[in-house]
Amino acid sequence: MSKTSSAGKSGLAKRIGKMTDTNLLMSITIVVFLVMYLGAILFLGDGFLKSQQFFNMLNANASLIILSCGMSLVMINGGIDISVGGVTALVSMSCAVYLDYHGGNVFGALLLALGIGLAFGLVQGYLIAYLDIQPFIVTLAGMFFARGMTTIVHTNPFNVENEAFLKLKNARIIVPFLGSYNKRGVYVDAYIEIGVIVALLIVAALFFALKWTKTGRNFYAVGGNRQSALMLGINVKRTTFLSHLLCGLLAGIGGFVYFLHVGSGSASHAMGAEMNAIASSIIGGTMLTGGVGNIIGTFFGVMSLALIQNIVSSVGLDQAWWTGITIAAMLCLFLIVQSIIIARRKKANSAAAR
Amino acid sequence: MSKMSTKPVSKGGQLLSSILHHQLIIPIAALLLLTVFNLIADPSFFRITLGTNSAGHPVLSGYLITIIDYGSELAILAIGMTLVTAASGGQDISVGAGIAISGSVLLRVLCGTESRPETLQAPIIVAFLVCVVVAMIFGAFNGALVAYFKIQPMVATLILFTAGRSIAAWINNNELPIVSDETFSFFGGYIPGIPIPTPFFIALICFVITWAVLKFTTLGLYVQSVGINEKTSRLNGLNPEMIKFITYVLLGLCVAVCGLIKVSRLSTINYSVIAKDIEMDAILAVALGGNALSGGKFNMGASILGAYVIQFLTTTLYKFDVQSDALSAYKAVVVILLVVLSAPVVREKLSSLLKLATSRLRSAKSPT
Repeated sequence: MSKTSSAGKSGLAKRIGKMTDTNLLMSITIVVFLVMYLGAILFLGDGFLKSQQFFNMLNANASLIILSCGMSLVMINGGIDISVGGVTALVSMSCAVYLDYHGGNVFGALLLALGIGLAFGLVQGYLIAYLDIQPFIVTLAGMFFARGMTTIVHTNPFNVENEAFLKLKNARIIVPFLGSYNKRGVYVDAYIEIGVIVALLIVAALFFALKWTKTGRNFYAVGGNRQSALMLGINVKRTTFLSHLLCGLLAGIGGFVYFLHVGSGSASHAMGAEMNAIASSIIGGTMLTGGVGNIIGTFFGVMSLALIQNIVSSVGLDQAWWTGITIAAMLCLFLIVQSIIIARRKKANSAAAR
Repeated sequence: MSKMSTKPVSKGGQLLSSILHHQLIIPIAALLLLTVFNLIADPSFFRITLGTNSAGHPVLSGYLITIIDYGSELAILAIGMTLVTAASGGQDISVGAGIAISGSVLLRVLCGTESRPETLQAPIIVAFLVCVVVAMIFGAFNGALVAYFKIQPMVATLILFTAGRSIAAWINNNELPIVSDETFSFFGGYIPGIPIPTPFFIALICFVITWAVLKFTTLGLYVQSVGINEKTSRLNGLNPEMIKFITYVLLGLCVAVCGLIKVSRLSTINYSVIAKDIEMDAILAVALGGNALSGGKFNMGASILGAYVIQFLTTTLYKFDVQSDALSAYKAVVVILLVVLSAPVVREKLSSLLKLATSRLRSAKSPT
């Protein structure tokens, strides 16, 4: 009896050992997410059983999903971008000012958002890829620039009152069959916002692009080993440039989705979003060293973070600092797990080489 | 004839290039630029007046005094940041949060559980020592992640960058204790009878200690060797992990000193605003000092000078009514300009352009 179980265990261990880093880290995340959700349902009551609870997590984090996708892309390529939070704030403030003070329309605001994102992506990508400056320094400067520009564009926070925009903001997409009965026994439909659709589309598109297109595979190759990628004839500089360009563009889209969710402009919007995006990517199994990562994992990373925040607030630790501390603790944990995995792989590789 | 005429030119050129390649040239040039700009815009920038403060003690006031006052904590941070940068090739972005934590600990020890105690609950020196220990523990946390777990410095310190201010609020249960003791305000203000702000003296003490440590111990040499090449340092019998770890702990010490000054200025603390964006300034000071942000050789004096130049820039911007929130945009532009100018690719192009220009000048001169 014990023999078979140990054999089964070693078989499982073997299968885990055979998994690529990408799949291993991603499955850890998904398992952690599921376990946490089950635990929440078991210990915190049926609030977590309602599908709307899940959809609210999606609604509130649609922009973060998009930002994290961009972040994962850059991190797979071996870089990092910490300007995304600043860009989000800048986009929402610019769009708000454009809509309310310059009589703009929603389409123009969308173009503005994309333009800001693209501009950041272009400049940062050029500096990082072609002038060979450390990505952290460039994007740190980008973050401070975006935050500063936000206050220069407009100082005080305000709510947008453009009608067409409000209509779009309040648009709800009903999810069939998943509604629930409220306390009075009335059936309430479950809904998601437009931003969620955008986020899910982007997740799907990026997942396919990274898996099956040549450019997508180039990101992995460059992140894994720049030198070998160069030997294989990949245009390393252009790939790096492209990753930052896409990240900037996604930050623009994410900023607009964020704006659509909150409907206001403020210099303190999306504070720490870059941190959350990096944390989600890392929790989702993207390695800081590059070359390893998966967009589906990133999606679950974002959802894990959202779930932790939900759990922390429903346990009753509703002071603002607990969220920051728990996220940082979780990030720390996953970083250490990653570094241990890397060290073990290295050891195994050197043993195999011998 | 032509030979004789070229010789002094080349000598002069050599002197010029040696000056241009000296590390101190960047901060000094930036300082001169700012000075000239202020002289043209408004010479009253440099006026220093002797007045009395609310307590009736003589104090100097003026923009220059503000610079050496507020530049001091930045300079102290720049010392630690230079070491960290040189050893690990990355920067610690959690210093602002670290200052919030150490300030919070300081207040917690001084005030106990009361929010406005009549008398101090502990001597200032004890509170400061506790705060130093805590700050060094947080430095050790960062250092352990960087040195032993081999996580990129900026990502490892990102953890505290986010959690730090939350932890600081947590330590004091989100209350804002106020210290009413007068002696506590000396550290960030003025000691009665001395018209120069105290932070400047604290900074001077730190400079002397740093100078002595770098002069009489091998720390500086080891840090540089680890930064230049970790593998060869190990082969030479150094322990690169340990040295990286030590630099982060030392940065923790600097953070604690800054925390003391910052809290003493206000006699209280504001968790989300205290030392906001100071990590940017500290990194900028190191970069402006001409130190490579990717690690290796460093020049401590240049970093310290860089810190004061940054404060000069900040004060100048404030004088022209730039909002404090918008400051970061201008500084970011300066950072980008600096790193672009110091990028190897750009340097090569510039020097080849310079060569082309001088050779053309020479060929234009030679026929006459």
